[in-house]
Amino acid sequence: MSINPKTLPRPTPETRHFWEGARRGELLLQQCESCAKVYFPPRPFCPECASRNVRVIRASGRAILYSYVINHRLPKWIDAPYAIAVVELEEGPRMMTNIVDTPQTPEALVLDMPLEVVFEPVTADISLPKFRPARGGAR
Amino acid sequence: MKPGSVAIVGAAESTQLGLVPQLSQIQLHADAALNALADCGLTPKDIDGLACAAEWPTELAHYLGITPTWVDGTMVGGCSFWLHVRHASAAIAAGLCSTVLITHGESGRSWVGTQATSINQSSLAGQFELPYGVLGAPTMFTVPVLRYMKEYGLTHEQLANVAVVQRQWAARNPRASQRDPITVEDVLNSRIIAWPFHILECCLVTDGGGALVLTSAERAADFPTRPVYVLGTGESVETPMISQMQDFTSSRAFRVSGAKAFAEAGLRHADVDHLMLYDAFAHLPIYGLEDLGFVGKGEAGAFIWEGHTAPGGKLPVNTNGGGLSYMHSGMYGMYALQESVRQLRGTAPAQVPGAEISVCHGVGGMFGASGTVVLGNQRP
Ligand SMILES: [Zn+2]
Repeated sequence: MSINPKTLPRPTPETRHFWEGARRGELLLQQCESCAKVYFPPRPFCPECASRNVRVIRASGRAILYSYVINHRLPKWIDAPYAIAVVELEEGPRMMTNIVDTPQTPEALVLDMPLEVVFEPVTADISLPKFRPARGGAR
Repeated sequence: MKPGSVAIVGAAESTQLGLVPQLSQIQLHADAALNALADCGLTPKDIDGLACAAEWPTELAHYLGITPTWVDGTMVGGCSFWLHVRHASAAIAAGLCSTVLITHGESGRSWVGTQATSINQSSLAGQFELPYGVLGAPTMFTVPVLRYMKEYGLTHEQLANVAVVQRQWAARNPRASQRDPITVEDVLNSRIIAWPFHILECCLVTDGGGALVLTSAERAADFPTRPVYVLGTGESVETPMISQMQDFTSSRAFRVSGAKAFAEAGLRHADVDHLMLYDAFAHLPIYGLEDLGFVGKGEAGAFIWEGHTAPGGKLPVNTNGGGLSYMHSGMYGMYALQESVRQLRGTAPAQVPGAEISVCHGVGGMFGASGTVVLGNQRP
């Protein structure tokens, strides 16, 4: 799926580690050292207990398909309907993504199906985490 | 705040709704404002409190010739007007101002005198949702519903039926944009926008406006209109990111806002004669009925299917036809409030006989924000 430059992520000081990880092929989450909460999206404190004592952890990349829609009202730069999905990571957090390497149909996209992360380079700096049906390749 | 200490004394929509390319967005505000002021016999010089969303209160004060001692520019999407009613009621009760004008105008279809806004690419939504091909509300607001369908067995037919029932109400309303009857089959055969949503399960895109005038219940008796009392209010926000809402089958903002409004009004669900549930998409009345506690979890699809919210049903919902069939300029909330006021004044085109209590509940910025207002035509 091609991407409009106006929809590219613009990293901030608080999220740069995530995008640097993605460029290396690593899906990075954060975990609170005080209450053990694993969370996403990135911020330098725990959304559960507000502790600033947090660390970056690498996710397994395994997830399930949590919910989605298949967009049929296409922008100029996309030529076929595509799913806008939310996955639930093995570690707990959910994230929005696209599902790749599978038809973009209700028949192929079944809720709770196992998925694994892949990284799609879109610029020299940005690789987007996307998910495909699990083959056992995720870390 | 004591229930019934503030009343809505003026209420009106813009002279025209639907396709109104001859008016700019700010003039839609002004047109509705002048109509609401005429409704209660006031002029802009009588107004000392002003609230609006999307346009700056500064802009409206200048345009209308108002010198306010209180302003509120709260902008949390399409439910902003419920928050304005709530804040205005508190401000009047606290003596910060005496007569508040809340205006809305939106050139949502013609885009005259307005400007497209875009998601900030460095916000969390800009970094972690925007890159995945989201294109406005139809591709985001809709994302949770498949999860709801799996968890609670809601069928595609039941989802489609929400639009069918609202068209039954719209057929009774001469000002509704879409009035021809539709069937579940019609909905399921209509063009797919974002599967599982078809175009008939998505709101209209129209131009229009609306305005309200609020004052203390004591002063309300001096106005020519029948006062509609503010009995209870609630508001909350959750997250601007649809992917990060806590529960895909329920809105935290709905639950918090609704519970607050019911508690403040001191009412039970059985006391409610009329209900407005902001319906930008067909799943919202389902979430609204459940999160406000009118039915149990997972029961709303069947409740609507059984006809309880339809004309003649025990809980009339979205009696103007809603955002799906009446009008939806982008931020629909003002029009839901207008219908609650009409029902309690006894002047609605599809009047609920003897309606005394109306609950009006809204959503904004997808599931990001919520506001609830309980209104009544008897002062407690
Ligand atoms: Zn913590």
